[in-house]
Order: sequence, then C-alpha cells, then structure tokens
Amino acid sequence: MKFRIYRYDPELGSAPRMQDYELDFDAKGKKVLDALIAIKDTLDESLSFRRSCREGVCGSDGVNVNGSNVLACITDLEGLKEPITIRPLPRLGVIRDLIVDMAQFYQHYKAVKPYLINLDPEPENERLQSPEDRAELDGLWECILCGCCTTSCPSFWWNPDKFLGPAALLQGYRFIADSRDQATDERLDFLEDPYRLFRCHGIMNCVEVCPKGLNPTEAIGKIKSLLVKRAL
Amino acid sequence: MTQTRIPKRTFDAVIVGGGGAGLRAALQLSQANLKVALLSKVFPTRSHTVSAQGGITAALANVSEDNWHWHMYDTVKGSDYLGDQDAIEFMCRNALPAVYELEHMGLPFSRLDNGKIYQRPFGGQSKNYGGEQAIRTCAAADRTGHALLHTLYQRNIAARTQFFEEFFALDLIRDDEGYVLGVVAMEIETGEASFFEARATLLATGGACRIFRHSTNAHINTGDGLGMVLRAGLPLEDMEFWQFHPTGIPEVGSLITEGVRGEGGILYNKDGEAFMPHYAPNAKDLASRDVVARAIAQEIRAGRGCGEHGDYVHLDIRKLGAEKIKARLPGIRELSMQFAGVDPIDAPIPVTPTAHYMMGGIPTNLHGQVVSPVRTGPEEAVPGLYAVGECACVSVHGANRLGGNSLLDLVVFGRAAGQHVIEYLRENPFPRSVSEERLNLALHRLARWEKPKGTETVAGLRGEMQKIMQDHCGVYRTEALLKEGLELLDKVQARLPDAALADRSRMFNTARLEALELENLLLIARATLVSALARTESRGAHTREDHPQRDDDHWLRHTLYFRQNDQLDYKPVRLKPLTVETFQPKERTY
Repeated sequence: MKFRIYRYDPELGSAPRMQDYELDFDAKGKKVLDALIAIKDTLDESLSFRRSCREGVCGSDGVNVNGSNVLACITDLEGLKEPITIRPLPRLGVIRDLIVDMAQFYQHYKAVKPYLINLDPEPENERLQSPEDRAELDGLWECILCGCCTTSCPSFWWNPDKFLGPAALLQGYRFIADSRDQATDERLDFLEDPYRLFRCHGIMNCVEVCPKGLNPTEAIGKIKSLLVKRAL
Repeated sequence: MTQTRIPKRTFDAVIVGGGGAGLRAALQLSQANLKVALLSKVFPTRSHTVSAQGGITAALANVSEDNWHWHMYDTVKGSDYLGDQDAIEFMCRNALPAVYELEHMGLPFSRLDNGKIYQRPFGGQSKNYGGEQAIRTCAAADRTGHALLHTLYQRNIAARTQFFEEFFALDLIRDDEGYVLGVVAMEIETGEASFFEARATLLATGGACRIFRHSTNAHINTGDGLGMVLRAGLPLEDMEFWQFHPTGIPEVGSLITEGVRGEGGILYNKDGEAFMPHYAPNAKDLASRDVVARAIAQEIRAGRGCGEHGDYVHLDIRKLGAEKIKARLPGIRELSMQFAGVDPIDAPIPVTPTAHYMMGGIPTNLHGQVVSPVRTGPEEAVPGLYAVGECACVSVHGANRLGGNSLLDLVVFGRAAGQHVIEYLRENPFPRSVSEERLNLALHRLARWEKPKGTETVAGLRGEMQKIMQDHCGVYRTEALLKEGLELLDKVQARLPDAALADRSRMFNTARLEALELENLLLIARATLVSALARTESRGAHTREDHPQRDDDHWLRHTLYFRQNDQLDYKPVRLKPLTVETFQPKERTY
C-alpha cells in the first residue's frame, strides 16, 4: 500500500514535506492507525503521531486522511484511494509530523465552563432526573474532544482565537441542556457574542466529520434559539 | 544531546497519572487549596478509564433490594478469598456516597423512570450472600468510564488543578531514610527533564496489559508506575493475577462489556449451544469473569469454537431488539461494527478471552499509602508515597476482580488517598533535602537511549515479549510453560542493552517513549512469570493445570515480588474486616 505522510521536525530546521512510504500490508479489516504503527515499527521509527485507546473512544488520533478529518483508529484502510495521504488536523500549529498543538482547542473548551453548576445543597442521595430530561443530553456528552470538527470548520480557520468552534459549543450546550444545571443565564451571557458563537454559519462540516456521529450544528442552533427566546 | 542539569519545580503533592484515580485524588487536594501538580503522559481524557463501559457497582438498591454487605460478600467471593476484607468492606460501604458524589458532580448517569440512577445486573452479583442475581451496577449507557473520566476532569478544571499534560515520569526520588521526595519527569514535547519536588507523591499510572499480545488495554497501559516502584527497590504484590475478560473481540482485543450479558446476552458455541449452564448452573452467563473465561477457553479447546480457526465463541444479544440495543449498548454496537464487522442487532458478536486487568500492583493500605516490609513490620508505610487505582493492590480484587468494581476502586481510594495526603502534608510541612546525585541517577534512563547504534529494535523486542506472555502466561498455566516463558524472557531482556533508537530528535520523540515504556513492561512481565511460577495452586484468574485446586493451607497469602534477584516474599491476607464478621473461605461455585 502506498502512503504519503506529512513530516515535520522542528529540530531539523527544514520546512515540512510529504514523505512516501510503501507498506507490504494486508489491509483487510485493518485501520489507518494499524498502518501508521506498522510504518513506525518496521520502516521509519521517527514517524510521530498520538494514539491511545485504538478503538475510537479517547480522541487522541484525529488526523486528516485524503482530505477528511478522521480518527485513524476507526478508519478502514480498505476503500481509501492510494497513495493514502495523511496530514495533521488543519489550522492548528504542528509540533511534529501528525502531532498538533491542541492548546487553543482546549482553551475554548475550558472557556465554556464545562462542568455542572448547581449551588443547592447536595441531597443525601442522587438528584432526580427523568429519563426524558436525561435524553436531552444524548448526542452531547459523548464528545471525545478529538478536534476533528473544530479543525474542519472554516469559521474556526478564520477566527481560531475568537470563535469557540463546534466542540466547545457542543459542550457549552451540554450543560445548558442539563436539567440539573442552574447557570443557563450566565452561560448564555458568555456565548452571546459576535465571535464566540455567532461566527457559526451553519456550514456543517462538523456534522459531516464527527467520528461519534454527533451534531454540533444542531446544538449551536439550540443555543441561538434560546438567545432569541430570551431577548423577546 | 544529553541533559546534565535538572530544573526543580516544587509542589505540595505530585500525582502521576490522569485517569479516574489520579483525577479523583487531585480533586481532593485542589479543593483543600493545596498546590498539586498532576502529570500525565497523555491529555487526561485520553486515559484508559475512558474505555470502561458497563458501569460502577454500588448497592444503591434502585432496582432490586440490596445492601453493601451483600456487595462485600460477592467481592470477597469473587476475589477467591485473596482480597483483603478490611479494604473490601471500606470500598463497598463507601460505594454509595462515592456514586452519589459522582452524580452531584454532574456525571450523566442513565436514569430509571422514577428519576434515580439506572442499574444493571453484572457478573458475580448476588442478593443475600449467594442468592439470586442482584442488579447493582450503575451505568451511563455503555460509556460509563467516558462519563466518569470527563466528569472528573471537568471538576478539576473547576477546582483549577495544575495539569502537566504530556509529561512522562521517569523515576521516583527517595532519600537514604526512604522518604519519597518527588519524581523526575520529562516534558514530551521538548524532551526536557525536570524534578517535581513534592512532600507527597501519588502514583495513579494504571494497568499494564500491554505485556500481552492480545489485550483490551490502550497502547498507553505500560505500567510505568510499577516500573518506577521496582527500580526504587520496593515490591509488587500478587503479580500472577491478571484478569482475562471473557469477551474481547478476537485479534483486535476491544472489550465487549459484561453489561451485554447483564442486559440478557448469551454465549453460544459453534453448535449453537448455550454452554455456560454446564460450567455455572446458577449464575450461567453472569458467573465471575475467571469462570466464564475458562469456560470459553474449554469450549475452544474441545473444538467447539466458531469460525474458520475455531478460536472464538458467539455472544448473542439479538433478542434484546434494536431499540434496547441502541439505547443501552450504543458503544458496543459501534465497536462491533467497526472491529468485528457485525451489527449485533442482526448477528452475534465473536468474542474470546482477552487480557484485561491487573489485579496485582503496588502494595498499599486502605489510605493509599504504599506499604512494604521496609524496616520493622511486613506492612510499613513508605513515607511520602501513595498509589491508587489499577496500578495499586489494596487488595480489593484479590485473585479475580468483579465487573463494575474497578471504576469504584478508582474513586473510593482516590478520595481516601487524597484525604490521607492532606493529613500527611500537615504533619510534614517542610520538604526534605535532596542530593544532586539522586537526581542525576534518574537522568541515566534518558542517557541510555542516546546510544548511537544497536542491533535490536524496541518494536521487535516488545513484540517478542508480548508473544511470550501470551503463549506462556495466559488463561491456563503449567510449571513447564511458565519456566520456558521465563527462559525466553531472559533472552529478550539480555538483548535489551543492544537496542538503540533511530529517532534521535528531542522533540516529541515517541520512539524514545516506547523504549522507556518497554523497560517498564519487561520488568512487569518478569514479575508476573516469577510470581506465577511460585504459586502452586489455582485461585481466581491464576489457573495452574498442574495444581488445579485452591490450596488455602499454603496459599491464602499475598505474593510480594522484589526486583533484586527476583526475590519473593509473602504476607497474610487480611481476613478481618473493619466492623463486620469475616467471610470464611469456602468452596467457590456459581
């Protein structure tokens, strides 16, 4: 199988380049991460990438394969056009090879106060929540913070420092939607901003690439309609 | 380029590991306004806790009548009586407040119609000390570990814990009196090592199933804390006990939660026969994990496995129907489709026993203090050193862990250890002096991999070690098999000095990380083989075909393995609980 992979090592002092690899590999049932590991183990130890769970739940190995942001560990090799071109996630700084600097992404995540705010005294047992109220969280809490959505979003590319991006906004809405949370107004105040939220123009790349099948655009739309409701 | 000077950073406490246990302990310390550094070799939500699926066990009695004492009985029995009953009582009692606390923190548990936390049946759970099946495991769909890990990370953001993401701990620093003074760790991005000075050091580095070729574990599960402890001259406990989860996806190893059987899934052999009733007439498919794993292995050995090579069995949940599968087991459906090419709504999932969990680890007491036969007694606390979670051996899991007890272990003992660290810091208000030589010793680990040329590769040696462990230390063991395994491992270890790195960059050098991890894995593989060879009985997950019976007269005791000369020592099982009566060892049937 033929691969073309983005290479950059700041220590070498040279510009980034694309490197070709040819791997003798039976692709049946194998994922892109299997190929990356095989290249590292047998062809080129210096090829650098992040990986952890290798089953699509930890969010470490977001990369751009043949133009789409994906998790390497759950992307089938079979059916990919060769040479399979692998690049780091777009728009973030590259630390080395496929490893990007996620600091900005995490900063936006932290900015939405991604934790439950409830100032009532804690009850002795659990707080009650109906299955219907709990169902409001489905499609939100499963986010694995891989960054595939945010780095596929043109609005983020244009304003990476000011627009929070789909992943952070999805988590912002996850707590607004939680019947146990008491900080909706405070959260909406923070999001009511021409950049943080309103740079989203419904392009929906985020929905297309999310490896967990989540829908950030829909969550953003719900935040917007809450803001409209509040203004009336 | 070799680093010769080490910058120092000073904290009250340093925690190594950002999974559930490390995060829970960090939260306790941050909320007490202590200066705590949490080091993790990955961004915390990439930790292996995220892969836990089925749930966290606590006798909330939301679905069926229950109490913590029954949970305690099941855990003692599940451990094949090797678990320490004081620690087990502590865990099961504290399970209720621990789960309520997680709910208060915001964990999105699935809910029952009355609004309470959803609970599902899990293996080895009973009502009334061995009676009918209990329903005790609290769940957030089948992504409970994800929910727990993210919630704890989020609470730490709120508590402003100081994270050092992508830092790899190299070694503990101890002084002549045995006090642990902190860790030397390398920032992965720059390759720079620093000394994290702290009056208390807490290890929460997780498991090490990557010693095996097939495992449910993440790539990062390389037992780094265990390596550090062995190099510091301290022992590891019960390293012969590794859980083989009955249901991993063949070859890739991904876990299929016990919750699948909890929700009604049944195991079938190639003849379409539900075989578990032959092995566990009462609990059937929900017997303890060691029992089910052996049953599957027996079926495969007897030629009743499925597929071309007859090397797996079928797990069938079709009768649950599409709606329930999508609501309760969405993650399992995803994994099955991605890694087994099967939609469990339409077809059974292929499964086989797969290395999953390390019951042994760094010996601790129930405050999370690392204990060792240091000076006077068999269990003296090592001052300034704590361990929690899978890397620790309290021991609540004994010879076999029950499903749903590992997430519980993380939060109960994470909290308890955090609490104890707070007291310890109060009693030890000043840092002790540390010598340059000690710090420089830790740099040797890095310098060793500066070697320019070698004849061996890290990937090659790791592959050989994993194959040895898979073939010689799996579900079934014999003296001959283990001895041969140890001889083979000797040879691999002897070749390690000939390994060198082709990647010489300092920046985010993952090849170097893998080399440092391999050093830890090899130490753990060795501890495992030596401990397993010595234990001439079958107990829990340690099945010796040449010694098929449990032998309480000789072996109702914990193994302690020291690295120096592969020395073994033993200590008694703590049979006396904190407040209730002892559960006396008896024959274990399901």
